[in-house]
Amino acid sequence: MTTLNMVKAINAGLRKAMERDPKVILFGEDIGRLGGVFRVTDGLQKDFGEHRVLDAPLAESGIVGTAVGLAMRGYRPVLEIQFDGFVYPGFDQIVSQVAKFHRRMDGALAMPITIRIPYGGGIGAVEHHSESPEAYFAHTAGLRVLTPADPQAAYLTIQQAIACNDPVIYFEPKRRYWDKGEVDESQLALDLKAVADPWRARIVRSGTDVTVACYGPMVRTCLEAAQASTDVSLEVVDLQSLSPIDYETLGSSVERTSRLVVVHEAPMSGGIGAEIAARIGEKYFYALEAPVTRITGFDVPYPASRIEEYFLPDLDRVIDAAERVMRF
Amino acid sequence: MVDERVGAVQLLTPEGQRVSHPEYDINLSDAEFRGLYRDMVLVRRIDTEATALQRQGELGLWAPCLGQEAAQVGSARAMAPNDFAFPTFREHGVTWCRGVAPLDMLAMLRGVSNGGWDPNVHRCGPYSIVIGAQVLHGVGYAMGVQFDGAEDVAVTYFGDGAMAQGDVNEAFVFAASFSAPVVFFCQNNQWAISQPRDRQSNIQIYERAAGFGFPGVQVDGNDVLAVMAVTRVALDRARTGNGPTLIEAFTYRMGAHTTSDDPTRYRLAGELETWRLRDPIQRLQVYLSRQGIADRSYFDQIEQEGDELAERIRDDVRAMVPPTPESMFEHVYAEPHARMDEQRSEMLEYLSSFEDAAG
Repeated sequence: MTTLNMVKAINAGLRKAMERDPKVILFGEDIGRLGGVFRVTDGLQKDFGEHRVLDAPLAESGIVGTAVGLAMRGYRPVLEIQFDGFVYPGFDQIVSQVAKFHRRMDGALAMPITIRIPYGGGIGAVEHHSESPEAYFAHTAGLRVLTPADPQAAYLTIQQAIACNDPVIYFEPKRRYWDKGEVDESQLALDLKAVADPWRARIVRSGTDVTVACYGPMVRTCLEAAQASTDVSLEVVDLQSLSPIDYETLGSSVERTSRLVVVHEAPMSGGIGAEIAARIGEKYFYALEAPVTRITGFDVPYPASRIEEYFLPDLDRVIDAAERVMRF
Repeated sequence: MVDERVGAVQLLTPEGQRVSHPEYDINLSDAEFRGLYRDMVLVRRIDTEATALQRQGELGLWAPCLGQEAAQVGSARAMAPNDFAFPTFREHGVTWCRGVAPLDMLAMLRGVSNGGWDPNVHRCGPYSIVIGAQVLHGVGYAMGVQFDGAEDVAVTYFGDGAMAQGDVNEAFVFAASFSAPVVFFCQNNQWAISQPRDRQSNIQIYERAAGFGFPGVQVDGNDVLAVMAVTRVALDRARTGNGPTLIEAFTYRMGAHTTSDDPTRYRLAGELETWRLRDPIQRLQVYLSRQGIADRSYFDQIEQEGDELAERIRDDVRAMVPPTPESMFEHVYAEPHARMDEQRSEMLEYLSSFEDAAG
């Protein structure tokens, strides 16, 4: 066991993936000499060389589009998009090309591309640096969407995302980058399938009254809420995979608690919470004692950072929601 | 009409006269000359047949390459077997030269597939419909070639309309920065649906290359010999580590943008007549006759081969049946995916409810 923050855990995971497979290459803006603006790729260009850790021209569509060609040539590109709000210039290549290529080739070619995107708010950043665009990608067939909540999960799932033959949008909760945690590097794994299945949700805290479904940056928030909640017992489920969503684990929790609150930073309408509420309503209607309730960001552009605390779900809003569903 | 091709590389005039050029030349065997002629005639026949099949309701759409046969065949026949082509939806001449079966070219337009062929087998990507997207793929592929230390070259196809696209301009930047072994082959067919070239680029297309730091060359796109000569030089340049070249093949889209288009709304009939006099196939035919490389009986034989090919396509297209409904869940993901399994089951269960009712 080693104590690492999430930045170092992802860095260690990238290093393992590159050692395991010589076709893994990293491509993004400022990721080489600088090590990325968050230093996630720190030291990797020095150790693996400029042909495996490439500094890209400043053009996101170019980065994603050339990765398609690299994948066609047999490479396994891992891309870094510098911030959530900068992925949109590459959106067309992701949605129309990366996501559909395997189908267009009738399965003859895979697109094993991992696109790392630091996302979410809470760090007092300027505009376009605090967004949560995961729903756009979860809505797109052909993509998988993963988001780790802690260093151990990050260390494992980044390797599993890279090893996956499908394209994976890998959302890194930037405000949890510096949270430390125990990382068991021995789990690493020659056999990545032998460790925890990345597409399954994890029950990270057991409880009896209300299931709280969350992911990425909100997992810590919800765990803190569960800790602080004296009257209501919260069971916290870290979804981890947003496409596909593991309804089996989530549903079995709801069957035990009969109540569900979904928490995410992204705006409410058309979000992951909406999808979960609909699906749980369809499949677990008779298990529910209260309507599925969402605690999310508001349907507004991400606000100026001095007022972001009113936008972001926090411990009090989660407990408030849990108490409301109990009173229903 | 002002002929803009002043300075365009030409080795065969519209009248079939062989001319020399200070930088470019080509020497082909008689069999190779005849091969180029055969390719162009058969591609035109496939194209004509597909247009007719669309009119008869057998295809949902067709994008004719009529008039652009020399640009496509000349460039694709310059490629080595291991080079990789990245075509748009109009490059039937390119896919033909890469060995794609005519029926596979029609699969997407027939509505029975989202693709049609295995790109690894033919070293040829799928027909790209999003304008310019495939140019970045070609550059990425070329970067991979470079990392492999291999000598293959990527040839990316696009048109004058694509010159306005961000992806094409980003592709130029990436290729220049990495000195990637890629040939940018732009067929300037004068019209991006209804818009003339100067709406996409207010200077001639090949001149744009200079701003990105690599050479650009304009070639008479209706002269198959010049196209082949120019492409060979660009391929060789890329293969020997000297980076990308932009080739502007100056040609003309003699048909509509697609079968859904009506070009009489935006261009004058006289323009088409001018370009008929520059037909790529006729000029090669005149040259082959004059040189005694081929005669009437050869031309008749190729025409007959074309008619037979067209007849086979006609029969085979009609026999192409839609895939099963549940096939839509195949190849969405390369690895097992719970949602695909679940939704496939739901669909099949729903569909089987009708069988129960009937039976």
